[in-house]
Amino acid sequence: MGKYLAMIRMRFLMMLAYRTDYYTGILIYSINIGAYYFLWNAIYGEKSSIEGLSSMQMTTYVAVAWMARAFYFNNIDREIATEIKDGKVAIEMIRPYNYLGMKTMQGLGEGIFRFFFFSIPGMLLVAFIFPIELPHEPATWGMFGISLLFSFIINTQINLLTGITTFFLYNNAGLIRAKRVIIDLFSGLLLPISFYPVWAQEVMKYLPFQGISYVPSMIFTNGYSSGEIAMALLQQLIWCIILIIPIQLLWIVAKKQLIIQGG
Amino acid sequence: MFYVSMFFQYVSQYMKTRLQYRADFFMEILSDLLNQVVNLVFILVVFGHTQFLSGWSREEIIFIYGFFLIPFALFSAFFNIWDFNDRYIVKGEMDRILTRPIHSLFQVILERIELEALFGVVTGLIIIFYSGISLDLQLAWYDPILFIIFALGGALAYAAIFVAIASIGFWSDAKTSIMPMMYNIGNYGRYPVDIYNKVIRFVLTWVLPFAFVGVYPASYFLRKEEWYAYAFATPVIGVSFFVISVFIWNQGVKRYRGAGN
Repeated sequence: MGKYLAMIRMRFLMMLAYRTDYYTGILIYSINIGAYYFLWNAIYGEKSSIEGLSSMQMTTYVAVAWMARAFYFNNIDREIATEIKDGKVAIEMIRPYNYLGMKTMQGLGEGIFRFFFFSIPGMLLVAFIFPIELPHEPATWGMFGISLLFSFIINTQINLLTGITTFFLYNNAGLIRAKRVIIDLFSGLLLPISFYPVWAQEVMKYLPFQGISYVPSMIFTNGYSSGEIAMALLQQLIWCIILIIPIQLLWIVAKKQLIIQGG
Repeated sequence: MFYVSMFFQYVSQYMKTRLQYRADFFMEILSDLLNQVVNLVFILVVFGHTQFLSGWSREEIIFIYGFFLIPFALFSAFFNIWDFNDRYIVKGEMDRILTRPIHSLFQVILERIELEALFGVVTGLIIIFYSGISLDLQLAWYDPILFIIFALGGALAYAAIFVAIASIGFWSDAKTSIMPMMYNIGNYGRYPVDIYNKVIRFVLTWVLPFAFVGVYPASYFLRKEEWYAYAFATPVIGVSFFVISVFIWNQGVKRYRGAGN
């Protein structure tokens, strides 16, 4: 366990060393939030609410969805791909830790860093510029926290899966990009899932993506009843467990047919 | 003539290297396509809940998006210079560029072409034709010519912003991440400018002319007469901003001192 904690710490410190990069990151996210803010305002027009969300809740939704993304988002799929291409993965695999576990911990270190230096100041900045309603109940904050942790796990698991495919495809920059776009759409980052046509919602129920952004954002905007919150959290938990299976399977196959390209 | 032949030589060289990893090449096109589909899905879903967006109908918004894709594709294919500072100035690669017999900016552009982005022109045209037909737009004989001029004007406006920002690298070697920021601001140009407040509208028109990539030129084909003046300004804005940005670039090159050894 100690070695994994050390991994989190190392990545956190590494990020800290390059923290200036993050100030523009906050600006970029604010620009995106701004674009969607104006767009949603125009969409709402005279309407007071769409699909049970008021225009104020919608602004909050957009803001929290983007700032939460700063926490759960990481590039470990790309890192795994580079390490496989460079042949570094061979050395990583003989080290006394689980390679995938170690990558997850690095992602977590990055996430924790971004949570404190990006999400929180970013949220303050955005709350200052746009009309946003923060939750009043401490319980909502708690539920949001738990759900955010799950969304990190689900997103990281999907990243691991994408990263492992490099073993089979050798060059998968395109796939990584495609995955990112799919997650932005199906996770509820761009649009709350409840806005989709019913048939699409039915399909998305059976996909893990809404656990990444939709669930925590809905909890934060008070868009869920307490029963719905419990169900949503349970669903996230179930996905966290289910996704372990394909990762382990692919990992076993990948190790068997590993070809080191140089290194 | 020399420039033209250089251009085609680089293009053919580029095709050879890209087709080496064919699967990935198609994956790149596919992921661009996916990106465009996602943006369309967004528009479609949104219009499931509203009839008009500040007076613009669904097909009109889709038309604007389709138009936007074309100058954007031209820009992304030939002005892939968002990492110019890291790639050329920090690593000292600019020294090599300056020894080449063609203009430094042209040389950089040639080295960084990314032709698969041109596929966006195809998607853009499909979207435009689809929404144009459902809007029952009438075409005059000169409209295709204007279309090409406006698309080129928009691409130049886009390019001008990025060339000007890349030139900052000649003055300050501080690592800037303004470039990704610009891509995000560029997205503002995909929607009608009247949904934004006055300050943003002013910026998108006169400071960072992203509105000339999408909504302004598209409004001519949508026959929105109140925007005609802006629509016809597109090529003028594109060319004048581009000339200014090349001037800034040239000034920057004069100041360039190389990076260490």
